[in-house]
Amino acid sequence: MKETKTVFRLFFVWSFEKEEAWLNTMAEQGWALDGVGFGYYHFTRCEPGEYTVRSETRNVSSDYVSFLEETGAEYIGHVFQWAYFRKKTELGQFDLYSDLDSRIAHLKRINGVLYAAAFVNLFLGIVNRKGLGWINLLCFAMLTYAIGRIHGKEETLEKDRQLRE
Amino acid sequence: MQENIVLTEAAYYILLSLYTPQHGYGIMQRAEALSGGRVRLAAGTLYGALNSMCEKDWIIPLPVENGDRKKNYRLTEKGLQILKNELERLRHMVAEGDGVLKEEL
Repeated sequence: MKETKTVFRLFFVWSFEKEEAWLNTMAEQGWALDGVGFGYYHFTRCEPGEYTVRSETRNVSSDYVSFLEETGAEYIGHVFQWAYFRKKTELGQFDLYSDLDSRIAHLKRINGVLYAAAFVNLFLGIVNRKGLGWINLLCFAMLTYAIGRIHGKEETLEKDRQLRE
Repeated sequence: MQENIVLTEAAYYILLSLYTPQHGYGIMQRAEALSGGRVRLAAGTLYGALNSMCEKDWIIPLPVENGDRKKNYRLTEKGLQILKNELERLRHMVAEGDGVLKEEL
């Protein structure tokens, strides 16, 4: 039986690069991600540096998963629209995006999800304004802030995109 | 024919790799080999590009044979034409660049 552990940790949605870097640091230390949930990560012992971990916002289809499996990657799981993958480092480099266009498209997808969530919270906040609606309005405010942060990243890439790929 | 299409580097190498039918991973390896290791197409980027190219009818997926999960793609006439136009454009660009910078090179 392999040693396992669960780590509870939350990341802001705009810190997704930080989350990915942390998951890769864990892999370097011999902890391979093998399960995810809201606010927690499940790891199994592996050889240090055995895996590269990547995550992205995407509606994961079986077509996409088999496409990735063909390249040697494994699908770990998803939390809402965030999907997690890993690939053995010995099978070669593992990246999900290799140009600005697809990175911009990814940020737009993230914001698409955030817009939908913000709208739902605004709606519930107004409907329940005499009860616990303030919680939804607080969520709405936080989501709006997150949308702004993601949009900022998108603008930086779009400025670059005018000159290069 | 649509007006001048300027391909992205990824699109150029995907189409080039599909001169002979390939599956997804085959395209990644072929693009890397063709470019001497310079062009590495990441899985998500490639997946998105293949879907857009299918929609535009530049490439088509081949029927999946029994027991084989890998989807193979091939270039269409339209895709080949776009690739030829791009090559022509690149030739001009190189010639023009050489012309201007001949002292520097």
